[in-house]
Formats: sequence, C-alpha cells, structure tokens
Amino acid sequence: MIRAGGPRSIGAGVRLWFSPARIREEGTTPDYRFSLANERTFLAWLRTGLALVGGGFAVDQFLPRLHEGVRLTFTVVLLVGGAACALRAVNHWMRCERAMRRGEDLPVSRFPSALALAVGALAAAVVVVVLLGWAG
Amino acid sequence: MGGQPQGPPPRLPVPDRDPGLQPERTRLAWRRTTLTCAAVVVLGGRALLRSGAPVPVVVSLAALTGLVWIVFLAVADRRVRSLATGRPPDLPHGPAWVLVGCTVALAAVGAAVGGAVAAL
Repeated sequence: MIRAGGPRSIGAGVRLWFSPARIREEGTTPDYRFSLANERTFLAWLRTGLALVGGGFAVDQFLPRLHEGVRLTFTVVLLVGGAACALRAVNHWMRCERAMRRGEDLPVSRFPSALALAVGALAAAVVVVVLLGWAG
Repeated sequence: MGGQPQGPPPRLPVPDRDPGLQPERTRLAWRRTTLTCAAVVVLGGRALLRSGAPVPVVVSLAALTGLVWIVFLAVADRRVRSLATGRPPDLPHGPAWVLVGCTVALAAVGAAVGGAVAAL
C-alpha cells in the first residue's frame, strides 16, 4: 500500500478492513449511481490485479528459454504485484466509500503512478532480457 | 399569430430507468471481470498441465483453481442479480473480500506452480 501518511493512517486503514459495518453507519448514503461508479472502479482495479497474475502465468509458460532465475523473478514480481493490486483495490474502494458518506474529498493515492512506473520498468527489463537471452 | 404565450416545452416523462444506465454498466463490468478471471484460470490450468509436477500436487492445485473460478462466478452472478432491482443496494463488503481472496489464491497457485517447476 503506498499512501501519504504515517503508521497511524495505516493502522486506521487496517481497522477499516475489519469493521466494514461501521462505514455504513457513518454519514449519509450517497446516490446509488456514485456507489455503482465506485464499484466499477473497484472491479477495474481487480481486473488489473487479475491481469498481472495472468501475466505471471504467461511469463512462466511462454518464455521457457529464459534463464531460470530471471523467469522466476519476473513471475514472482507479477504474481505479488497482482495480489497487492487486488488488496489495494478493496482498500481504496472502502476508503472512497467512507469519503463519499462523510462528504469528504476522495482519497488521493500514489499507487497508480507507482504501478505505471513498475509495469514500465518490468516491460523494459523483459525486452532487454528476451533480446539478450535469444541472442545468446 | 395565436395569442398563446410560448411556455417552456413540456418536460419529457421521467423514465423508470436510470438515464445513465449505471446498473447496466456495472453489470457489464462484472462480466468483464469474470471473463478476465476465466482467462487467468485457463492460463493457470495450462501451466498446471505442463508443469510436470507430481500428480497429487497437480490435482489439488487444479481443484483449488476450479473452486476459485466457481466461487468467483457465484459471487458475480449474485451481484448481477441484485443489480437488476430498481434501486440496486451497495455491494456488500464480504463478496468484495471474497473476490480479492480469489485473486490472491490464483497468485498463490501461480507461485506454487512456478516453485514446483523450478524445483524439478
């Protein structure tokens, strides 16, 4: 989870996970269209996580000529990234829901930029490794 | 020239559906998500079949993958049905966590297959 704030906000975030009922007692219920938009955003992030997991499977299966260690590293990075993306999806969904109920601004996050940089770096690394691996 | 003052045009009757089609868009988002999950499950099955791991390992991991797919579909189907009501209720937190658990379980299967292949 990448987010602004110290351990206190992380603790509050984890408490949020384990007391979901409390969110729905707070504030006012937003227009259901906004709740559905939040739900679709959650699903889009979940698909991103699933796609990363699928990418992990694909690296493992479709790059058999890669060095074993390199292949395993890419696989594990993609699988862990996918799982983290799914966890972050539900966390962000709950935080957005709470903000909407309280009438606060939506939470900002560095996660999208971090994910974009990580995926870009990973793709560049795969290109380099594949070129080197197939040239050798 | 009729003497009738031109008032505002008559209001269109309010349709008894959401003009933004929000429930329908959400339903399609669920369908996309189950499709993505199915694709990952197929990739996982292919990885399992080609892994060359011992048969009991392959069978148990395949059973787990199949279970994940069934649970994912069941949760999505339930939600899609509840969206068909006039005023859709909020997505409960339990199902959302189940979907996240399914994704994490698929990642764990992938790690297990990768580890099994590397160990051979």
